[in-house]
Amino acid sequence: MIGLIDYGVGNLFSLVSSFGMIGEEADIVRTPEEVRRADKLILPGVGAFGDARQKLAVNGMDEALTEAARRGTPILGICLGMQMLFESSDEFGLHEGLGLIPGRITAMQPRLPGNLKVPQIGWNALICEPHPLFQGIPEGACVYFVHSYSAVDCDPWTIAHTEYGIPVTAAVARDNVLGTQFHPEKSGRIGLAMLSNFCRM
Amino acid sequence: MITKRIIPCLDVRDGRVVKGVRFQGLADVSDPVELAAHYSENGADELVFYDITASAEGRKLFTDVLRRAASTIFIPLTVGGGISTLDDFERVLMSGADKVSVNSGAITHPEIIRESAKRYGSQCVVLSVDCARVNGAFHVFRNGGRIDTGMDALEWIRRGIDEGAGEIVLNSMDTDGVRSGFDLPMLSAVCDFAEVPVIASGGAGGIKDFITLFQSVPKVDAGLAASIFHFGEVSIQDLKEQLAAAGILVRRV
Repeated sequence: MIGLIDYGVGNLFSLVSSFGMIGEEADIVRTPEEVRRADKLILPGVGAFGDARQKLAVNGMDEALTEAARRGTPILGICLGMQMLFESSDEFGLHEGLGLIPGRITAMQPRLPGNLKVPQIGWNALICEPHPLFQGIPEGACVYFVHSYSAVDCDPWTIAHTEYGIPVTAAVARDNVLGTQFHPEKSGRIGLAMLSNFCRM
Repeated sequence: MITKRIIPCLDVRDGRVVKGVRFQGLADVSDPVELAAHYSENGADELVFYDITASAEGRKLFTDVLRRAASTIFIPLTVGGGISTLDDFERVLMSGADKVSVNSGAITHPEIIRESAKRYGSQCVVLSVDCARVNGAFHVFRNGGRIDTGMDALEWIRRGIDEGAGEIVLNSMDTDGVRSGFDLPMLSAVCDFAEVPVIASGGAGGIKDFITLFQSVPKVDAGLAASIFHFGEVSIQDLKEQLAAAGILVRRV
């Protein structure tokens, strides 16, 4: 069973629908016990890092997730969920992440050429390294991004980036822990194919 | 680099798409769920569902249609029409919308922009503005363009962005329905200062209008249209092929 972690940040409608569409059994999980029982885990999230990190700590959900990562359970963080896998973020003050992937989250604005808008909203092309998540995904496929912050200092774990004036970290993987800055559940067939790939990992 | 978005808009009343849809190859062209799936499969980058019902039953039906559409398409979905409270946001977001578009509701209750941005994030809040020239200035209209608020549109959009709107849909009433192209001067005026994405609406009559739009106002992020897509005059695939041929970055499917 794929556990979609619900910790009160964002709604899971699209993810539930996506897994339904690709014929995978996915359940919403809300307790550490349910996190432990899941074969695979999705950590979604929208909004601000600090607030989400705090909510994930309620009832020890964060510890259950970290334990699952150590046990080898495949975990996919999406958007803010991916950002929380890192060591820290400086969004509205310095916040500690889950530390499952080395690197940090920082604002894109000061790093971008002046004419580019923040947040990056829309479809942008992926430049992918070979990884099971991208099996069958054509070169240059576009996926949907909505974000103002991005991961840096994480080159060894970066499996895809996108060009937005600068190379922006688009996907990361460290053993069984994966993250996408984009929204596979909003990226059409390409995104659904990636979710299918994740289910087979 | 990020691609320019093409966004069909579906006006939905009593569970049906209105604005005379004529499509070939669809069993029921006025079924919003089927039409949404068609667009999603054929290259639309995003969809807008606009609720133009007035009655409570109509609203319930709309929410049901929205839920069915949202569970079958996997591209971003924006919902607008009659949004004026946080409860309205909650209702459509829980039914599968990714973004919510406010228009008249934000004019009468401007605090809705800040409150919704705080609760759901700016990426979720789209400020839609119906705009027309009055005595040489751009005025904001409300209630589907029927009432001139007297407000300066550029000031209103500036305020909306400052309050937390994450995207702007600019509907030019001067070009809407005329099909002679988007309102380039109005769009340029907004793009000059808007640091959030701007979606052009009103006036698309054919493929060349989209090419002109993105070439003349490079800061515009997306083009929105209804009838030219619904009538099958322009297929999104053809449109994207020609945009790409003109050197404009688009997402191909």
